[in-house]
Amino acid sequence: MPADAPQNSKALELRDVSKYFGELAALRDVVLRVEPGEAVLVYGPNGAGKTTLLRTLASLSRPTEGQVLLGGEDVHRNPIASKARVGFVSHSTFLYGELSGRENLRFAATLFGLDDAERRIDAALDLFAVRDRAAEPVRGLSRGLQQRVSLARAFLHSPGFLLLDEPFTGLDAAASRSLEAILARLPDEGKALVFSTHDFEQGAALARRLVAMEGGRVRYDGPLRLAPLESLRIGVE
Amino acid sequence: MRSLNVVWAIFVKDLRVEWRSRETFLPMCVFGIVVVFLFNFAFEMAREETLRLLPGLLWIAFAFSGILGFTRSFAAERENACLEGLTLAPIDPGAIFAGKLLANLVFLGVTEAVVVFAAAVWYNFSFLPSLGALAAIVFFGTLGYAALGTIFGAIAANTRMREVMLPLLQFPVAFWVLMLAVDATSDALRGAPRGEIARGVFRVAGVSVVFAVVSFLLFEYALEE
Amino acid sequence: MRNAFTPAVHLAVTLAWLIVALFMIFLYAPQELTMGEVQRIFYVHFSCAITALLGYCFVFLGSMTYLARRSRRADDFAHAAAEVGFVFCCAVLVTGPLWAKPAWGIWWTWDARLTSTFILWLLYIAYLMLRVYLVNPGRAEVLSAVVGIIGFVDAVIDYMAIRWWRTQHPQPVIGGGSGSGLDPRMWQTAFVTLGAFLCLYGYLVRQRMAVAETRRDLVALRRDIAA
Repeated sequence: MPADAPQNSKALELRDVSKYFGELAALRDVVLRVEPGEAVLVYGPNGAGKTTLLRTLASLSRPTEGQVLLGGEDVHRNPIASKARVGFVSHSTFLYGELSGRENLRFAATLFGLDDAERRIDAALDLFAVRDRAAEPVRGLSRGLQQRVSLARAFLHSPGFLLLDEPFTGLDAAASRSLEAILARLPDEGKALVFSTHDFEQGAALARRLVAMEGGRVRYDGPLRLAPLESLRIGVE
Repeated sequence: MRSLNVVWAIFVKDLRVEWRSRETFLPMCVFGIVVVFLFNFAFEMAREETLRLLPGLLWIAFAFSGILGFTRSFAAERENACLEGLTLAPIDPGAIFAGKLLANLVFLGVTEAVVVFAAAVWYNFSFLPSLGALAAIVFFGTLGYAALGTIFGAIAANTRMREVMLPLLQFPVAFWVLMLAVDATSDALRGAPRGEIARGVFRVAGVSVVFAVVSFLLFEYALEE
Repeated sequence: MRNAFTPAVHLAVTLAWLIVALFMIFLYAPQELTMGEVQRIFYVHFSCAITALLGYCFVFLGSMTYLARRSRRADDFAHAAAEVGFVFCCAVLVTGPLWAKPAWGIWWTWDARLTSTFILWLLYIAYLMLRVYLVNPGRAEVLSAVVGIIGFVDAVIDYMAIRWWRTQHPQPVIGGGSGSGLDPRMWQTAFVTLGAFLCLYGYLVRQRMAVAETRRDLVALRRDIAA
């Protein structure tokens, strides 16, 4: 737990959050606090609850118990304000196959109420190097390219909190390195990054803080370099 | 107002996606025409009977085509979890409802026009004298029916048997929208006094507006995860 | 330990009341002039019908309360009210024809009351089937609450529309309007039976809610074991 963070009006928090799907406890008594400027790696075996954690932080999933707070305020009480500040990337791309990348982004820009949409769209497309394919229907793009358009969509509204569920999946080596570079810049821009990945080395290079999960519980939450990797059973095979 | 922009954006997006995929609208029209066609053979109708059976026939065709459309409307959002993409956005769930409702109205409205045209040709029946009243009745009836179809479509999309679940939810609830619409249509087609027709329109409108408002208010719960 | 005393008392009262009602149906109420003994089924039919109607009101109240307060008990109540109400609604649809055939020679007719009851039956089915077919049971409470509320709005509209329809399309009212000159002893029997059935309804709902709560506790226990 980050040592005594001040009552910061900008933190994204989970307070005693549990999420049950019948007999399955996807999350159990999770306490988590993410401040702007942090880079957090969420790591754990399959089924540990990483996706549910990220979805709950994004207020896509309502906790069965506990609260999700942004700036001290319950997000479900004022969902619109909190959603504007969060960007989420998941296994699904949230893209309409029949529309082009640009049309998808234009639609997202309207949903997020962005002025200066075209400039932002161009910037986002450039950031992920998909501008040249942006006029084609998304349906015809490869998985990797779709993922990059999806990332562009998440970055469009410059959210303060970027929640990425295995964002490197489907990306080739070059795109992967490019994404690492982009994500590495976020904390310096005062944004918060919370992401999960299967590749611990890659995650460790980007993150300063580790949240290790197992069975829906947080086993370790603290600076990555201090993490007891062996006892957490994290290591290179 | 930003919400209106969002409603319009969702509406246009639905139309655009449909225009490029053509997965909803054409089947709806074809289905509507087929229903009219089947009726023709099921009931060898003499002229007097045409007047009696036509209102029911029209609304049955509209009802079943509508079901097809509503199912598709949310099926399209399931691909790539687009509906989640909508719920992630800082928008009023009511705006999603309104946008999708408008799109459903357009698809069903055009289908209805096609069905009426087919009926006019096959039954040698002229709808022209009652066109104004008919348009009003069809508009309000479709509004209520589509409002229910939109929210039930969203709910049924969460179930294992969504093609069955939607009609199961829709028909008991929409029954009176349809019945009142059939009744009003019957008045309009047989040239009842204007006062009677107007009252029929008001009844359909009243019930439809009630359902539209209730659906609008409850829609956010249908989206909640 | 869950309170066992109150339900036991409730059950005892229900049984006693039902026995009294039975007594009144067969021995107290006079025989109807035209229909004979078979008319006595009316008391059951009438009681089931009112109970089924009230049942959906309870579904509505439970649903509204759940959405307002997210109380699991409210959802248990709505679900239980629907399950038990559905059974009573089936009873209406069964006792109706059983009465109508010997009394008037037809199994069914699409008169106002029967049509309404059938729609109510469909509304119950829609509510219950939704809960069964959901992919993610965690959403059952919210989604069925929405259906419960819309269904109730429909039931209200149905009630009003039926009365209007009857003025437009007059039909012989099967089953006799309730106010069609019944012997006071018949009225008394009808109300006593209604009371007994409502008591029974309440008991069944209470027990069903207890089952739901127990099931939830069981799921929670299993969940804790798996941890």
